[in-house]
Order: sequence, then C-alpha cells, then structure tokens
Amino acid sequence: MNYKYSKTRRTQLIDRLAYKVFYVIAILIVLILAALLIYILVTGLPHISWHFLTGKSKPFQAGGGIGIQLFNSFYLLILTMLISVPISLGAGIWLSEYAKKNRLTNLIRTTIEILSSLPSVVVGLFGFILFVLQFNLGFSLLSGALALTIFSLPLLTTNVENALQTVHFTQREAGLALGLSRIETVLKIVVPAALPNIVTGMILAAGRVFGEAAALIYTAGQSAPAISFSNWNIFDLSSFLSPFRPAETLAVHIWKVNSEGLIPDASSVSAGASAVLIIAVLLFNFIARYLSNRIYQHMTGVKS
Amino acid sequence: MITDTETYIRDLNKEGNEIAISTDDLHVWYGSHEAIHGVSLAFERFKISALIGASGSGKSTYLRSLNRMNDNIYGTKVLGKIYYRGLNINSDKIDVYEMRKHIGMVFQQPNPFAKSIYDNITFALKQHGERNKEKLDEIVEKTLKQAALWDQVKDKLHTSALALSGGQAQRLCIARAIAMQPDILLMDEPASALDPVSTQAVEDTMVQLKDKYTIIIVTHNMQQAARISDYTAFFHQGDVYEYDRTKNIFLHPHIKLTDDYVSGHFG
Ligand SMILES: Nc1ncnc2c1ncn2[C@@H]1O[C@H](COP(=O)(O)OP(=O)(O)O)[C@@H](O)[C@H]1O
Ligand SMILES: [Mg+2]
Repeated sequence: MNYKYSKTRRTQLIDRLAYKVFYVIAILIVLILAALLIYILVTGLPHISWHFLTGKSKPFQAGGGIGIQLFNSFYLLILTMLISVPISLGAGIWLSEYAKKNRLTNLIRTTIEILSSLPSVVVGLFGFILFVLQFNLGFSLLSGALALTIFSLPLLTTNVENALQTVHFTQREAGLALGLSRIETVLKIVVPAALPNIVTGMILAAGRVFGEAAALIYTAGQSAPAISFSNWNIFDLSSFLSPFRPAETLAVHIWKVNSEGLIPDASSVSAGASAVLIIAVLLFNFIARYLSNRIYQHMTGVKS
Repeated sequence: MITDTETYIRDLNKEGNEIAISTDDLHVWYGSHEAIHGVSLAFERFKISALIGASGSGKSTYLRSLNRMNDNIYGTKVLGKIYYRGLNINSDKIDVYEMRKHIGMVFQQPNPFAKSIYDNITFALKQHGERNKEKLDEIVEKTLKQAALWDQVKDKLHTSALALSGGQAQRLCIARAIAMQPDILLMDEPASALDPVSTQAVEDTMVQLKDKYTIIIVTHNMQQAARISDYTAFFHQGDVYEYDRTKNIFLHPHIKLTDDYVSGHFG
C-alpha cells in the first residue's frame, strides 16, 4: 500500500516536471522566433517606402528599389503552383486512394522522401543542367518554376496524401454504398472533405517557395531586366508575363546584394527586402489559417 | 442445425413467399482467416430480418457481402453464390455500382458527407443523372419525412450535415439510402451509437419502411430484434445455427445455444 502510494507520488512528480520542461522549451522557441522577427522588422521597416517597393534596383548606386524582384517573386510563385498543384493532386490522390502496397509504391514513396530532403542548392544545380542547358530554356522564369516544382512537389504530394488519409474510411464506404464509383467517391466526397487541409498545406508550401533562393540562382537567374507592364505578348521578353525572361526574385536579390556588395546601401536594401519577404511569408501563413477555417466552417457549420 | 435452416428455407419457398435475396454456401476469408463458413440464407421480401449473435460471430462480414462492400477490403475473398432476383451477384461480370443502387446500406457509425443536408440526399441522385430540381426537392422532403427527420431540419436544409446530432445524422443516412429507392436496405447496428429516443425513432422508421423495402439488420440488441423483426438468424462463430420466425427464435428455439444467447447467457 505504502509502496503503491509512493509510486503514484513519484509519477505525479515526474509528470509535473515533464510538463514544466516542455513548457520552458516551448516558450524558448517562441521567444527565439519572436526575437528574430522583431529584429528583421525593426531593422527593415524603416527602409520600406513606396519608392522602395516599386522602384527599380540599381546596380552600383544607392537608392535602388525592389519593384521588379517583388513582382518576379509573385509571378514565379504563380507559375510554380500552376505546374505543381495539379501534379501533386494527381500523385497524392493516387498514393492515398489507389496505390496498392507493393514494391513499386514503396519505391515511389522512398523517392518522394529523398526528393524532399534534397538540399535546394542541389535542386538548383540539377535545374541548371537539365532545364537551363539541356532543354535550352536559359536563365528564365520557366527554368526557375520547373526547379521550384522539383523542390515543392514532394512537399505538396505528401501534404495531399496526408490530408486525404485524415478523411475517415466510412466516408468512402458511404459513397460506394450509394452506387458511386471509386473515382466519383474520391473526387466528389473525399477530396472536398480534405480540402481545408489540402489548401493549408498548399499555401504553407507557397510560403516556402516564395522565400527560396538557392534553387533559383542558377535557374531563374540573377538579373532583373526592365519589364513592361503594358506588353501582354508573353513571347516578348520585355513583357511582364513572359516566362522566358530571366527573373531575379526577392530572395535571390537579398543574397546577391549581400554577397556582391556593389551598392553602397547594400545593408539597408537587404534589410528592407528581408522585411518585405518575411511579411509576405507571414501573410501566407495567416491566409492559410483563415481560408482553412472558412472552408471548414462552410462545410461543417461549426466554428473550429 | 444447418439442416434446420435448410428445411426452413425450403418451407419458406414452398409457402410461395417472394425471396428478395439469398446466399448459397457463402464463405468469406480475410486473408487466411475464414470468417464465414458456408452460410445459406434466404430473406423474404418486404420483411425485416435480423442477424443476431455474439460480437465477432460474422454478422457484419455476412451483411457486407450482400452488396459486396467487402470487395473494398484488401485481401478478402468471398466464395459462393448470392442471388438477387435470380441473378448471382457474386460474379466478376456484375456491375457492383449498379447493383448497389438496388441494395443500399446504412452503417454503424453515422457517416454523413461534409455537405449540406440537402446535398447529402441529392448528391448521389445527381451523380446518377437526376437533374430535375422539383423532383429532387420532392425526394428530399419525402425521404426526410420517412426517416422522421423532416420537422427537425426543414428550416436548415442548406446548412452542413456535420452539425447534426448523432441520432439525426443516422436518420439522415437512412434518408440518403432510401432516396436511391433500393429494393433492399442493409443495416449494420444502425442504432448502436444512438440514445434511446433516437433509437426509438430509427426503429419506428424501419417498421414504416417495411411496406416498400426489404430490410436486413444486424443488431446486438435482443429487444430490438424481438420488437421489429419478422425473421431472425442466429450467428455463431461464422455459422448460422438457427434461422426462423423471430417469435420462434425467442420463445421456442430449437437449439440450446440460441436459447442461451437470446436469454443473455453469453455474448
Ligand atoms: N477487415 C477485417 N480484417 C480481418 N479480419 C476481420 C475484418 N473484419 C472482421 N474480421 C474478423 O472476422 C470475424 C467476424 O467479424 P465481424 O463480421 O465483424 O463480426 P460481428 O459483426 O458479428 O461482430 C472476426 O473474427 C473478426 O475479427
Ligand atoms: Mg459487427
């Protein structure tokens, strides 16, 4: 009796201690993150102005802006998502709903895991060899988008698969029992039910793509030639829509400004650009949460 | 014991009663584990037949074979014949999706779609080609009334079905199943997750539906089987030990095991 009592006491003690340790660790992580964010924003925000956000960057003088780079980042993101979202949806649906457990699917899963752990520099160099040189696409938005597709595809596919797996199997049974085919059940019941999670994952992946630099240095290139926003001919290299033009993005710009140091105000330009980048990525995160809550509410009528 | 069942089925046939669905020597394997050891049963049309027996005796496995829901479980094998309107539906040549429009199913856990109440009922109908809005409205109202749910949801048909209570969700699933106008409704412990009031509502619904549908229901609840069913099959370890009119099973079982089970000595 006594022994039992003391054991319970000890378990309780360990329990409380563990709680405190994890609590401290969690607080620590939040603090580090907050310090980082505050530092970047405090050093960067003073440099942000309308002129900075929309102006052209300057190669040697001070006072350049990040207008084209900012546009390039968003446009590259859109191109990347246009390519990778449909592919990842197809692959994720296949893996979750159709793939049998055999050696081929094991191989595919392993490949996806390896791909997702590839350093982005390696993805960039691979993209350089394959898209820029072999496919002769040159330093271009398209080369960049393809490299980023390789970078984001494993992330997105795993996300789609996991999101579908959280849909209970009774939903699939319900569909089949009503005489719906497998594909009808998957596309019209399971995928909509998984939509909040799928959308969240895609927007979070978008955030990572948006901030990626290493994979782009040798694919989308390090130059941001002037573009015309009134030229809608996508085959004309000066058109803002042309996917064939070289396009330095915001993240690449930060890297280049710092590593080359050719402009006198390099530190303030990179601080301002970093703040813009961070704000954009934070926005992606908030949008992801907001959208998935909205979709969930819409579907369930319940606030989460 | 099995002979009893066979004689009984023969008698049932002789009486000229119409058979909705029957199985002939049905075996079901999960991998190398045989869960059903050759069951032959025939279910009369427009009656409620109950499948009773201890947990793990194979009731769900048997029921799910009848509209081939076990096809979807990897590694299952179903051997033997399942006759629906004289057609052996346990065959590769059968279009299972078409067949399931005629043999509907309600599951143990309510599983409404993450859609509105209205769409839950109309979704499959639309997929199957019904586009007429008035007809769909009519079906929604009719089936929700049949499922004793109409009064509670008629003002919120276009809100999400996931906000319904468990009992309401299950009745929605029943409405959804009968909206397909199946011949046969298979129900696997449809009331086991429900409170007594909802259970009562679901039971009332089933008794009403009997006029138009053949119902086969798995239940753990002896009182429920006794209250609503016309015939009862007693499952034990993957075999049917006795199949008879419900009142005989409960009052004059032929086999001691049946008696033990229905009087609550095991299970
Ligand atoms: N998906 C499955 N995989 C393997 N074995 C199963 C599966 N489902 C049921 N079984 C086994 O089949 C037998 C009958 O189960 P079940 O039909 O669910 O019984 P009941 O519905 O009467 O409780 C049990 O031994 C159970 O363990
Ligand atoms: Mg069961």
